[in-house]
Amino acid sequence: MLEIKNLHVKLEEEDKQILKGVDLTVEAGKVHAIMGPNGSGKSTLSYVLSGRDGYEVTEGSAQLEGVDLLEMEPEERAAAGLFLAFQYPVEIPGVGNMTFLRTALNAQRKARGEEELSAADFLKEVRAKAKTLKIDADMLKRPVNVGFSGGEKKRNEILQMAMLEPKMCILDETDSGLDVDAMKLVAEGVNALRDAGRGFLVITHYQRLLDHIKPDVVHIMADGRIIKTGGPELALEVENNGYADILAEVN
Amino acid sequence: MALPAQKQTATEALLSSLHLPEAGCTRAAREAALARLREMGVPGRRDEYWKYTRPDSLITPDAPRAATFEAGEPMMFDAVDRLKIVFVDGVFDPEASDPLELEGVQIERIEDICCKDIHWAKDLYGVLEARGHTPVPRPLAALNTAFAADGVAIHVTGTPSKPISLIYQHASETSDAILHHVIRVESGAVVTVLENGPAASRFNKCMEIDIADGGTLHHVRAQGRDHERRAVTHMFTRLGEGSVYKSFTLTVNGVLTRNEQVVELTGDDAVAHVAGACVGDGDFLHDDTVFITHDAVGCESRQVFKKVLRNGATGVFQGKILVKPGAQKTDGYQISQSLLLDDDSQFLAKPELEIYADDVACSHGSTSGAIDETALFYLRSRGVPLKEATDLLTLAFLAEAVDEVEDKSLAEDIVSRLEGWLARRS
Repeated sequence: MLEIKNLHVKLEEEDKQILKGVDLTVEAGKVHAIMGPNGSGKSTLSYVLSGRDGYEVTEGSAQLEGVDLLEMEPEERAAAGLFLAFQYPVEIPGVGNMTFLRTALNAQRKARGEEELSAADFLKEVRAKAKTLKIDADMLKRPVNVGFSGGEKKRNEILQMAMLEPKMCILDETDSGLDVDAMKLVAEGVNALRDAGRGFLVITHYQRLLDHIKPDVVHIMADGRIIKTGGPELALEVENNGYADILAEVN
Repeated sequence: MALPAQKQTATEALLSSLHLPEAGCTRAAREAALARLREMGVPGRRDEYWKYTRPDSLITPDAPRAATFEAGEPMMFDAVDRLKIVFVDGVFDPEASDPLELEGVQIERIEDICCKDIHWAKDLYGVLEARGHTPVPRPLAALNTAFAADGVAIHVTGTPSKPISLIYQHASETSDAILHHVIRVESGAVVTVLENGPAASRFNKCMEIDIADGGTLHHVRAQGRDHERRAVTHMFTRLGEGSVYKSFTLTVNGVLTRNEQVVELTGDDAVAHVAGACVGDGDFLHDDTVFITHDAVGCESRQVFKKVLRNGATGVFQGKILVKPGAQKTDGYQISQSLLLDDDSQFLAKPELEIYADDVACSHGSTSGAIDETALFYLRSRGVPLKEATDLLTLAFLAEAVDEVEDKSLAEDIVSRLEGWLARRS
């Protein structure tokens, strides 16, 4: 599904190397988790994959189902099936949440040569999906993320994911700022989307999210590289001993 | 004090091509306005109030030639059930207009009331305009009062079932139109007044509005898309106790558009909202000059102006809130913002507050900026293409101003016009 090879990335403005050769393959149907200390490059990886400005790829490649992601505009990546759940979802005053969702969904369908969803079908689908995430009608009507609590913003990200039905989902610290109940709700939303055709890359600091979203593979990232890969037990090891042991082991 | 020689020369040059209309009951008002104009002189580039907008083409004896404009699409408000009053190049067109009959309102041409010795309009024509020169002279409004060739007097005594729609049409490439309307809204009466259409090659319009205690007037205006428009408009509004005035203007393109609003809140608990959404592309200048005076207790005023500018377009905002001594519990709000879609455009803003009462809440803000890159990326990451995302954010930027229009179907019409403007630009 997602294949990243020897990815080197630097910040455009500061000439600072952030990613120093990331190799990572996420298969369809699998959930991969990336853990790592602050500043290891986890968020940068998610931004580079989704096409945010300000980063320069100096070496390596990233492909989604064999198609080069790095040459595409952000909207083309989205239409190709990539989705990033933001660590800090953006507030957009003046744009209604429903308008936003419908515009996004139909733009993707159009880009893929599919028919646009009618207003009635869209409404039916969004209401059903919002309900399972406990997003009320009022939240759908309000401007995108404006005045939403931290938990509401993250649930709104998962709602977008559910509506857009991407092939490859990247969750950037979706657990940050969530209380236990909100985290469960978000995790349930994610788990409901798990299927054989979809890959997940879950970026997190903590094991606790992985109690709810069970990963197949766990990677430890440090200083711009994946330094260790293992099963779910690796996350537990981090939880118990911190990163120091693993870092020492690799060095 | 004598005028500077240059100003005097320009004033007399302009006056040489004009003559006072035959006018019964407005004659005295016109003569007084002419005297005011001679005293003030026409606006010049060195005048503080014309610092950002060059008045030159508004004061030449002949109107600059301007091509007529065919939009090739239905006019604004076409779908609205309304009473139509049509002016072609500034002259009333009875054929194109509806009969001037509607329950709750009396409508007459200024020309017709001129023959009458006694008329309510006599107490309004030129009266608010004359009050509106302190502390800032507005000579083009005095010029209008003196020389207006046509216009309507609207007396609202009830609640008419539909809006009164002033429609301006431009037929001659050299037309120089001066229109003056007066509106009196009686106590408890409610009316909506619409204005739209390219009026003339050069257009000078003045509207005086007197709203009695508890009266309400909604004003929605659309200017555009005639690219060669040169227009100066003045709206003088006086509000009585508990009355409401809400005015919104959509402005699209035009070489030079100066809209002045002078509002006096003279009765307690009156409400005045003045808003504008403006989009300009290329050789375009749009100027909103607003002066709101709080002269009573517990009044509310809002100024909300949003401008989207590209390809070297210029936006100007000069807005003032004056709170007079004793105007306690005043609630004043003023926001002026521009969205610059490229590096060539500019926004010139002069927000002012002058407060002489101590128990008031007045806030103002003015910003100028580009599209929010973070929001743009967020939209694109969800699959919305760059152009569509930019348009969506542009409409969102204008939304606060458009939201001032209370009638939702009118607001939708305005949004669809803005979408059309955006769609025509790649």
